[in-house]
Amino acid sequence: MIAVAAGTNRIDPYLIPALDGVAYGLLVFVAASGLVFCFGVANILNLAHGLLYAIGGYTAAALLDGGWVSLALALAVGVLAAAATGVLLAGLLTPVATGNHLSQALLTFGVALAGGSLLVAGFGPDNPQVQVPAALEGSVMVAGHRYAAYRLVFIVVAAVLAAALYLVVRRTRAGMLVRAAVDDPEMVACLGVSPARIRAGVLAAAGALAGAAGVLGAPIIGPGTGTADTVLLLSLVVVVLGGLGSMAGTLLAALAIGEIQTLGVALLPSAAPFLLFAAMAAVLAVRARGLAGRWRAA
Amino acid sequence: MRGEVIRRVRGGIAALVLVGLVVAPWVVDDYTTAILARTLALALVGVSVALLTGVAGMPTLGQTAPYAAGAYACAVVGSRVSDVGVVQLVVAAAAGALLAALTVPLVVHARGVIVLMITLAIGELVVIVLGRWRSVTGGTDGLAGIPAVRPFWGLPALANDQARYLYALVVVATLVGAVLVLLRTRAGLVLRAGRDDETRLRASGHRVALHLSGAHIAAGAIAGAAGSLLVVAQQYISPADFGFDTSALLLLGVVIGGTASVGGALVGAALVIAVRDWLFGVLPGHAPLVLGALFVATVYLLPTGVNRARGRLRPPGAPALQPEQPAAHDQATVAELHR
Repeated sequence: MIAVAAGTNRIDPYLIPALDGVAYGLLVFVAASGLVFCFGVANILNLAHGLLYAIGGYTAAALLDGGWVSLALALAVGVLAAAATGVLLAGLLTPVATGNHLSQALLTFGVALAGGSLLVAGFGPDNPQVQVPAALEGSVMVAGHRYAAYRLVFIVVAAVLAAALYLVVRRTRAGMLVRAAVDDPEMVACLGVSPARIRAGVLAAAGALAGAAGVLGAPIIGPGTGTADTVLLLSLVVVVLGGLGSMAGTLLAALAIGEIQTLGVALLPSAAPFLLFAAMAAVLAVRARGLAGRWRAA
Repeated sequence: MRGEVIRRVRGGIAALVLVGLVVAPWVVDDYTTAILARTLALALVGVSVALLTGVAGMPTLGQTAPYAAGAYACAVVGSRVSDVGVVQLVVAAAAGALLAALTVPLVVHARGVIVLMITLAIGELVVIVLGRWRSVTGGTDGLAGIPAVRPFWGLPALANDQARYLYALVVVATLVGAVLVLLRTRAGLVLRAGRDDETRLRASGHRVALHLSGAHIAAGAIAGAAGSLLVVAQQYISPADFGFDTSALLLLGVVIGGTASVGGALVGAALVIAVRDWLFGVLPGHAPLVLGALFVATVYLLPTGVNRARGRLRPPGAPALQPEQPAAHDQATVAELHR
């Protein structure tokens, strides 16, 4: 914003970080929307959410060989594997008392710990290289700057994914059920929809979203031992910033985090570690009561 | 009568454990003594987790944040200002309390699972800051070569593992005693009452948010003091000491110990940390896998973890209609307060 006021010459060096921020933000949005569903619909703090992303990332690293077919295959396998892990989580959570958040958090943490260990055992402790399709390996010119073609295409694909997600939640019967379960889970149960089935469906959807984000985002936030933690943290901050009320809030929060992580670092390198903190504190300070009230209702 | 017997037995067991802890450094080798000293520090953090989770009703995954603040404050003061233990303890507790006070606005209006989420984010962000703020924290390499501490002005520096362990034991015993006394006062009663029936307490004119802020800051101070003990025990700290897994282990320990019991938190946290250290010793490489499986198994084995009465009152799969409604006997705390 400061740069805009000062004229075009001042914008120029920050254009690429800002564009990176959009790519990063959309990636975080797709990953975090799964956590938002888990949280808003099933009222579960899923600490294994980062694991679901990591599964997608490792699948991409293992299957991608530079061709389009391998990308489609990796996407299918990654989404299925992560969704299956989500269903497994739902199964493990079934006997845990409803509303016992401590037990749910501890159980999902155990799954995250064990799953992360299995991934390292299967794929090795080093961060694997991810090969993007050969056609997207080069760079394109954006307003006089070279920019990685893959990221540009990723922005388009992720925007399409976000739009599709919005349509599914707004326009389909499944989306209606999800929104109804956020508002009044008991009424939905009275309508004859089993809460256990909703929970399994939500965790599978969360897994599918995180898995898709993991495969497509592997060249941006690559698979590695710290990936699961990073993605979980970013998703949690998105939930804190955006609340559970609307998808628009989630999208805005994710884009804000993307810009903080890229443009913020370019503008204020020394303050970079504190910026996420500051954003969280600012948002919660401004609307702490309103946010908490809505969350308690949800 | 029966309560009297149980209380005597519990007192006897506590005394036996304390005696065992005092003589422990002469029974086991130096390496184990050093591990025990570190476990004591973590058990003290466990007490602060129990204070928030069980007593105040704010489940937390972020007590590693004030713990880290205290540890780094102590390390910096120990290297540059003073090697007196009392000074370091006070500085570390103040640093923990300050960080907790700064994060009060983030947590005080949230409840339940929201607190878990926000505190987890705070803890993780603190670890990121520790890793990047190189000029003060030494980045991911951490801080090493912290000089040996002397407990009080004029006393000799603690040169061996036994002395450091006993110093940690004295500090932990003193602070735990202070917490136990504090919980017996009206402040402890108000906290428990707020946990059991917040609406009623609010309606009778108590400022619940103020009590919770006080508990949060006090727990931060305790965790900060524990951070100082970690520095004394290890003489080296790095961001890896304060990761998300440490928070989760401590929360598991506190839940095993009965959530609201200070003694239970000490025993539970020490047990969980000991199991982790042992697993990483005997199973290098596969320890996280076994540890994760143990987490899941513990949740299933805990009496409060699983719906035991599922089929009795309602059909399986039906939602619990009032999952967080306090049970009738919980109202006793509130009633006691009004007497």
